[in-house]
Amino acid sequence: MANKEVLTGAEILIRCLEAENTEFIFGYPGGSVLHIYDALFKQNKIQHILVRHEQAALHAADGYARSTGKAGVVFVTSGPGATNAVTGIATAYLDSIPMVVISGQVPTSLIGNDAFQEVDTIGITRPCVKHNFLVNDVKELASTIKKAFHIATTGRPGPVLVDIPKDITAHTTMFEYPHTIDMRSYKPVVSGHPGQIRKAADLILSAKRPVIYTGGGVVLGNASEELVEFTRLVGYPITQTLMGLGSYPATDAQFIGMLGMHGTYEANMAMHECDVLIAIGARFDDRVTGELEKFCPYAQIVHIDIDPSSISKNVKVDIPIVGAVDSVLQEMTKTIRESGQQPDSDALANWWAKIDAWRSNNCLKYDRDSVLIKPQFVIEKLWEVTKGDAYITSDVGQHQMFAAQFYKFDKPRRWINSGGLGTMGFGLPAAIGTKLAFPNEEVACITGEASIQMCIQELSTCKQFDLPIKVINLNNRYMGMVRQWQEMFYDSRYSHSYMDALPDFMKLAESYGHVGMQIEKPEDVEGALREAMAMKDRLVFMDFLTDQTENVYPMVAAGKGQHEMVLAPEKETA
Amino acid sequence: MRHTISILMENEAGALSRVSGLFSARGYNIESLTVAATEDPSLSRMTLVTSGPEMVIEQITKQLNKLVDVVRLIDLTEGLHIERELLLLKIKAATSTQREETKRLTDIFGGRILDVADSNYVVELTGKGEKIDAYLKALEPSWIVEVVRSGVSGIGRGNKSLQL
Ligand SMILES: Cc1ncc(C[n+]2csc(CCOP(=O)(O)OP(=O)(O)O)c2C)c(N)n1
Repeated sequence: MANKEVLTGAEILIRCLEAENTEFIFGYPGGSVLHIYDALFKQNKIQHILVRHEQAALHAADGYARSTGKAGVVFVTSGPGATNAVTGIATAYLDSIPMVVISGQVPTSLIGNDAFQEVDTIGITRPCVKHNFLVNDVKELASTIKKAFHIATTGRPGPVLVDIPKDITAHTTMFEYPHTIDMRSYKPVVSGHPGQIRKAADLILSAKRPVIYTGGGVVLGNASEELVEFTRLVGYPITQTLMGLGSYPATDAQFIGMLGMHGTYEANMAMHECDVLIAIGARFDDRVTGELEKFCPYAQIVHIDIDPSSISKNVKVDIPIVGAVDSVLQEMTKTIRESGQQPDSDALANWWAKIDAWRSNNCLKYDRDSVLIKPQFVIEKLWEVTKGDAYITSDVGQHQMFAAQFYKFDKPRRWINSGGLGTMGFGLPAAIGTKLAFPNEEVACITGEASIQMCIQELSTCKQFDLPIKVINLNNRYMGMVRQWQEMFYDSRYSHSYMDALPDFMKLAESYGHVGMQIEKPEDVEGALREAMAMKDRLVFMDFLTDQTENVYPMVAAGKGQHEMVLAPEKETA
Repeated sequence: MRHTISILMENEAGALSRVSGLFSARGYNIESLTVAATEDPSLSRMTLVTSGPEMVIEQITKQLNKLVDVVRLIDLTEGLHIERELLLLKIKAATSTQREETKRLTDIFGGRILDVADSNYVVELTGKGEKIDAYLKALEPSWIVEVVRSGVSGIGRGNKSLQL
């Protein structure tokens, strides 16, 4: 066979990545990966994106993976390269993002000797990867890479790390990339149990007050179409988690908003009062459930998930269905259609009337006459100016919640944020990966002045690779989310949440070779956004000076049930 | 409740730490854990004793199954099964009372004296944990020099078996 050649480990690695159709490698070189970087230098099929900090390599690969659905690929060196990568690996792990991370390691003869730049990367990353491998023999390299991609991208996806000692990258062997891989210890289920699907269909059709609650699993499982079809067929209200947004159009009348800690009043009330809860690719996270004792007290629960360990982990489920969400939803829709039965239309009409009454509360209202820029207003305008069609990455804090509440995502994979780990510093590098994947689409990073400084060095990467991202900095001169909790729960003792000594972001952006803008008045917001979006080939850093006192509402505080939201301003609902 | 779980896993470096790491990271109890390669050197078999409410035990088995190195597992507690532990005991045997009493109790419990030295014996005893507890309790505490227990090994009775 033509592809049977004797190659070095480093060359084999590159060939494997080519075979996996890798477009980009996000990375940073160092001693233990020098052979690999040399092999990289000699090829031209894969583009290497040199970041400015390894954490950003992970987030950029993550943004690429979230926006495309393909595995992100990363190279880091041993020791500090690997430890810098850990935050990004954990970020991907908690949101189940497919990723293959290649870390260099000291030569096998030195392992365990406290050698220069040696850390136990396998040990350090074990709790935050789906799986990891140490390659001991160049003969195992190709099959290990094949396994890494297979594990990362199938079942419930996740990051896989392959630690390669330097000598292995110099050793040679005959290269042959396996076409398929069969692992006796790893066989993710695909289709759901037909009996369970029938049982679930009966329960779903018998519901009087149903709610569909979906999470990131629908996005990861590319099951958006199936979800829309199912939801339209039954006509039930649908709410989504922070990770699920976009997999059902937010502008559709059946969508009742995000649920959870900063979810809408109608979504959380509907959850509390529902009699049948249809959970799809969601994991009953504590930010969603609030106090578990008070969660969905009247509901029988159907739960569809590809990961058996997600089922009945936090909340006991009545009808579990383990399987890929797309195939299970197809079967469910088919079963309901073929049953000839319809949902109870009277009960459903009553239920919608109740939901509409909750909706009329208008829980996302904010002061539109403010002389200060309200962060919500910026997001609304951004949505208008980008016609709701941009890829939005975000950092972590109030701005993230405002983005989730006010940017109405109609398509999956457009909302890219660190939900599980809540990693500040995620937004800008994630935008890099997204922009590389979709160079002709608008990519905006919604951030805060605290978060952006955690990976601000990546403005340099954006310059080098010509990435005209739009940075929307909602600058409230506070770690807003921290300040909000301190205001609410610590008698306004603002302990270390003030961002003092901020840089001049305009000049900072300019010194990196980008365009900087500062916007201080509400009436300038829309014009500035239009101006920035018109600069198609420039990164524009937009520094919006926003109201320092704005809080995110509604809010389910710790220890409270979903129905016990605090609404803006300070109105208890129960 | 106490559960005994048998696990077949790939005999890979680090497989054991994936299991022990899972238990410490998720705060599960681990009462004992024994592991060795099987007749197929590519597989190792582990017996793990844990305890907790049913929902937690269910999570434990699911989380173990989710580990990529785990090939198969069964919860032995769900059916008839046999559990054995091995005890190696070093006990003072300097006086004739010590020697006679140790010999007598060891015979009653069906153990064996493996080593006889000037001032101590080494005893081997296998059985369920309770039997070993009872044996140790029957001995004069001040005579005990060293206690080495293996942790539980388990296997299902009858047709129930954990194989590939
Ligand atoms: C790496 C990291 N450190 C600390 C936190 C805790 N934290 C959550 S939100 C937040 C404040 C974020 O401030 P900013 O980026 O300015 O956004 P704002 O809330 O003001 O919109 C902090 C410190 C975190 N999520 N991530």
